[in-house]
Amino acid sequence: MSRSAIVARPIDPGALFTEVSSIGCGAVSLFFGTVRDTSDGQGVTGIDYTAYAAMAEAELGRIVAEAVQRFTGLSVVVEHRVGVLGLGEISVGIAAAHQHRAPALDAVRYVIEEVKKRVPVWKLEHYTGGTRSWVDPTSRHSEVRA
Amino acid sequence: MVTVQLFASYAELVGSPNIEVQLAQGDRVSDLLRNVRALPVASRLPATPRVAVNRAFATDDTVLELSDEIALIPPVAGG
Repeated sequence: MSRSAIVARPIDPGALFTEVSSIGCGAVSLFFGTVRDTSDGQGVTGIDYTAYAAMAEAELGRIVAEAVQRFTGLSVVVEHRVGVLGLGEISVGIAAAHQHRAPALDAVRYVIEEVKKRVPVWKLEHYTGGTRSWVDPTSRHSEVRA
Repeated sequence: MVTVQLFASYAELVGSPNIEVQLAQGDRVSDLLRNVRALPVASRLPATPRVAVNRAFATDDTVLELSDEIALIPPVAGG
């Protein structure tokens, strides 16, 4: 089975693992994006994630469908959180289970790279100096690398 | 006229979650963007933003219906 969602609650890593794992799968690969404390040299205190929720859900669903088609036998779940997140909190979680490790690992990489390119979610970073800024990966070298 | 949704930085720059844009039956995304550029708020937006139609990314030659759900999409930054 596979599933994707935009959520406004904390992402539970164990729940994602449990959801995709089965005795027929010899590999479960996990990825979690978290809020870090710096951005382009500035101290970050938190990030406010917003989304065009209806399209974000649809685009996540398309990405999951592509992954399932690309990696036959894959079970994958992806959740992206919206709202105000503190440092270290999980913003995106992906769990992929497969009979073998290579497709499980490759699927997680595929999903996160497509999420970053295609899913309409935005970050409003809050900085230690009290300022805030919308993250634009097309104009920020560090975000392009991230 | 159609209502075009704005999000995140675009909504903040314009000061509204949507704008009203002239659109005729049979117009394409390129026509829509030309009409957006004619609005007083256009100077606050990029000249060629990504456009979503019915919750999927569209191209310049996508034909629009007056009933379509249309949005201007700022550079995405999920993850």
